[in-house]
Amino acid sequence: MTLDELLDAARSLERDGRDLIARASSAEELAAARTALVGRKSGRLTELMKTLPALAPDARRDAGAAVNRAKEAIEAALSAREAELHRAAPAAPRVDLTMPARRTWRGAIHPVTVVIDEIRDIFRELGFTIAVGPEAETEWYNFGALNFPPNHPAMDAHDTLYLSDDTLLRTHTSPVQIRTLQTYPPPVRVLVPGNVYRRDFFDPSHAPMFSQIEGLAVDEGIGFVDLKATLVHFVNRFFGRRPTRFRPSFFPFTEPSAELDVQCGVCGGAGCPTCKHTGWVEILGSGMVHPAVLDACGVDSERYTGWAFGMGPARVALSRWGIPDIRLLYDSDVRFLEQLAQ
Amino acid sequence: MNVSYAWLKSFVDFDLDPRALRDLLTQRVVTVDEVLPLRADLAPIVIGRVVECAPIPGSDHLSATKVDAGGGELLDVVCGAPNVRAGKLYPFAPVGTTMPNGMKIERRKIRGSVSAGMLCSARELGLGEEHEGILELDVGAAPGTPFLEALPVGDTRLVLDVTPNRADLLSHLGVAREIAAALGKDIRPLVLSGARDFIGEPTAEQEAMTRRLLDELPTAISGERLDASAIADAVSSLVGDESEATVSLIDAVRTMPDRPQHRGVTEGQTGSVRVVLEDAEGSPRYCGVVIRGVKVAPSPRWLIDRITAVGGRPINNVVDATNFMLHGFGQPMHAFDVAKLAGSAVIVRRARPGERLVTLDGVERTLAPSITVIADGERAQALAGIMGGRDSEVTDDTTDIFLEVANFDPGRTRAARRALAMSTDASHRFERGVDIDWTPFWLAHAVALITHVAGGTAEEDVDLYPEPRMQPPLRLRIARIAKLLGAPIGAQEATALLRSIGCVVELVPGTEMLHGDQELQVVPPSWRVDMVNEVDLIEEVARLHGYDAFPSELRPYRIGNVPDAPIELVATQLRHALVSAGLFEVRPMPFVSGGEGHVRVRNPLAENEAFLRRNVVESLAKRAEYNLAHMQGNIRLFEIGAAFAPSTGRLPHEEVRVGALIMGARRPPHFTEPKPPAFDEWDAKGIAELVLETAFPRRETALVPHEEDSLWHVTLDGRRIGEVRRVRLDAPVWASPAFGVEITLEVVASDDVAPAGQSAYGTGEMPAALGARGSVTPFRPLPVTPAAEFDLALLVPNDMPAGQVEEVIRKNAGELLERLALFDEFRGTGLPPGVRSVAWRLTFRHAERTLRDKEVSGRREKLLRALEEELGVRQRTA
Repeated sequence: MTLDELLDAARSLERDGRDLIARASSAEELAAARTALVGRKSGRLTELMKTLPALAPDARRDAGAAVNRAKEAIEAALSAREAELHRAAPAAPRVDLTMPARRTWRGAIHPVTVVIDEIRDIFRELGFTIAVGPEAETEWYNFGALNFPPNHPAMDAHDTLYLSDDTLLRTHTSPVQIRTLQTYPPPVRVLVPGNVYRRDFFDPSHAPMFSQIEGLAVDEGIGFVDLKATLVHFVNRFFGRRPTRFRPSFFPFTEPSAELDVQCGVCGGAGCPTCKHTGWVEILGSGMVHPAVLDACGVDSERYTGWAFGMGPARVALSRWGIPDIRLLYDSDVRFLEQLAQ
Repeated sequence: MNVSYAWLKSFVDFDLDPRALRDLLTQRVVTVDEVLPLRADLAPIVIGRVVECAPIPGSDHLSATKVDAGGGELLDVVCGAPNVRAGKLYPFAPVGTTMPNGMKIERRKIRGSVSAGMLCSARELGLGEEHEGILELDVGAAPGTPFLEALPVGDTRLVLDVTPNRADLLSHLGVAREIAAALGKDIRPLVLSGARDFIGEPTAEQEAMTRRLLDELPTAISGERLDASAIADAVSSLVGDESEATVSLIDAVRTMPDRPQHRGVTEGQTGSVRVVLEDAEGSPRYCGVVIRGVKVAPSPRWLIDRITAVGGRPINNVVDATNFMLHGFGQPMHAFDVAKLAGSAVIVRRARPGERLVTLDGVERTLAPSITVIADGERAQALAGIMGGRDSEVTDDTTDIFLEVANFDPGRTRAARRALAMSTDASHRFERGVDIDWTPFWLAHAVALITHVAGGTAEEDVDLYPEPRMQPPLRLRIARIAKLLGAPIGAQEATALLRSIGCVVELVPGTEMLHGDQELQVVPPSWRVDMVNEVDLIEEVARLHGYDAFPSELRPYRIGNVPDAPIELVATQLRHALVSAGLFEVRPMPFVSGGEGHVRVRNPLAENEAFLRRNVVESLAKRAEYNLAHMQGNIRLFEIGAAFAPSTGRLPHEEVRVGALIMGARRPPHFTEPKPPAFDEWDAKGIAELVLETAFPRRETALVPHEEDSLWHVTLDGRRIGEVRRVRLDAPVWASPAFGVEITLEVVASDDVAPAGQSAYGTGEMPAALGARGSVTPFRPLPVTPAAEFDLALLVPNDMPAGQVEEVIRKNAGELLERLALFDEFRGTGLPPGVRSVAWRLTFRHAERTLRDKEVSGRREKLLRALEEELGVRQRTA
């Protein structure tokens, strides 16, 4: 093939190509046109390229340029037509996008820990740090130092699991008050989360082990008004602004002692089964640290005063999620855990 | 404790309805758990008037009546009672009523006559045993009036949650005192109150006189005990002889002998009975009296109402009277049948070793000397302060009784009733503390009541009180009130508040000049056994002032000295890391079936879970089995909790550990992968590494291969702190294998911090030591030069650990080796026997320049030589 013949062939290829592309009315026809024109194996352009080596070097350069022009023109026409076809008739989606996503397993923090963490975060803002202590304790740390008289009815609320004559599984987190006050001089502001044990058989509202969280503040010049202010602030942060009330109570290690109620969130105080028709829900126990407790820790009870409170995060979790039976919190049923993680 | 609303009203005059009373008590005194309307089952019963009444022909006892039940038309009612009369009022149960015994009233035909309802007997209404006829009513109520409105049977019960310190609230009198204090009212004179049902309403003059008497009593005795004879004289001179019942009360009080000196006296005589107090520690005060000629019979209606209102069971007039005294005034009492007391003796002594007694509940009990008994001349007849004996019980045949009104030691009573595994209304009160001053007064009151309801004559009583108790006055510093409460309450208000609950309060003169502070001298009332310290008085001041009356503004505070417990920070980070890895935090019980090497609970809840776990994974394994039993096979659990092991010290060795258990699908199923692979040991190893990186960053940790189920031992600084293991479960065939990770985070310090009464820092101020965050890995500049990489596929003998090969690679690769990653293992055809192919990718980088091809290939050659020389390991070819 001469140079001229080849230039003609390139021009006609470009012209025929444009016709062919313009006539293609579907993606399939366009694909067929593409194969016929620029197909790698037997497209017309490929055939034309094969004749190039036969030309003289000078002619080869000109011919190559012409073939390239034709190729570019065809490629441009192909993509233009492709875009046109695409615009004219958008193809049905090849992927069904309603199919479900691919996920990884999702874990979750236990609901009781969620509650503890929220309480902790609020008290952190008020300058409290976290203290912990052993779950196996001596009788002195669990009872004696906390002003429980031996053989006293106050012990009835603390049905105890004993390990030996004078060691036991702590019945409350309060031994940590003693350990902390013996270790650090006032001012002390600590929050104590932890597991505690009672010789209670499982029922919908009792478990032999459960978590407790308590707080302790000891310094000069701390009074009942500070207890009240701090706990009211906490309740407002934790439950939202709701009426509160303090009622007299008794704990051997605090005096005066008070229990804090918050207005029932279900009935708004009108009375309902949740609040046993009282309009109030008990939240926590509290009181001014008994001087005998400070004395037991080597803290001068004339100089220093303090307050403490304790509450059960599990009960909060039960009411927050509407869980009817405390056993669900401890069974570790993955269906329960997955549901709460949603 | 149960209290009756109507009974309280007999003590103090107040206008609050039961709900308002509940709120007042809860806010100021004691939490009211429940308000129960009593006899709500009688709500449908109305007053019916029989208008016509005629015998039904052919029947020997039935009458056809027409009843006006207020509905406008007369109802046909058939009645079988002999006492039905036209014109009279009876309780009427309309059709649809469910009777207290569960019977439903329906329209029926009896002997051809229609009956639309029922005229009721006392027994049918649950109001007594009377069933000879229907209950004829003598009331001024119109037909149709609800029965509960017309008759005072509809009491309300309040259930109080009395705290252990408030022994004084375990009676109607005690609760009434608080109501009176709260409302600024007076208790009705004690001589009459509560008993007004049997002596009738006192005249205004009587009330005034007895009130004056009682007002004067505290000053008359000025801190000493009440003297019953003084009361007797005063009452008789003031009250007069207005009614028979009053007379019997006064007589009973008057017969009490003068007792100028109790001290040291431990024997006495009442009637035929000699009383000996041998165990004065167990019974500091013992009073008793013989009442001859009682007639034991059912109690009158009013007494039955009182007993049933508080949930008691009426027994007979004598027993009911003692129970009335217990619930009304908080003084437990016991009546013995004198005829059953051998040797006409009552001896208060310690039980003999192995002595036996059948108590009123029919249980034979074996006693020990720590238990105080009331014995006759031969043997024990009652458990002091707990329960009487069956043999000396008052029965219908009893004519003479010995009435015991005593005070028993709280600690001894509690120890005894716990040792015997029993609790009664009496022991409940004695172990909390019963007013010791008023014992003879309640005796006199009980005598009056018993002789009124059961007849009889009282002999001279005995009052053995060998070591009279003197209550020393307490000191109350006004400045201390302000210090502890944070708000000032003046001497005047404090005095008024304390007086309102029966304290005798005086301002100590001169203290203001001496100490710059006012001081009160306070004698608490004898019934407040809990008020023994200054702080007890401050609590009362705060309570009576009203907790809600204190301000609640946040005040400035000082930062505390206590650093955060490090374990708390680590645990929080670990929780988040493991949750991100798809695990659920759980909080299972730590009790296991255990055995050797476990810490035992001495009094476990269940014998098959009598031990504390040694490992957290033990608990998780049980929870996994629970899930498998519920057909859940995809289980990913973790816990941060305590594990216990026996130790040579006093307390067990205790550690805080993280445990994890995984089994089942590694990923959620997806349509692109309907059956994802199950978790294997490599997932477990990954969790262990995640825990180590989170809990011990930049520390020397390792996972050392082990064998069999224990796959890897976890070490920290070369010490073993945990393991990664296969977990064998009691699992169904479809379950995947389970893997556990257990790593100790902290050994819990449980030694005593300091001896009792001391601190570890002593008298010196310890410097504040706020916890600083741990060290961090410093930033390394990001690379600006390209890396060079190549892969090494090596033929590694099956028994040669890959870790050994890596060691040689690292040793010989030079400083420029940035990363060494094992990315493939192949076993099978095409390889020499006993050998596998393991492939690593090595990444090299020079911080400042691009590495030349020659440098990289040189390293490769060097590495291959070294591997061949040191390990005999060669490159895999083809």
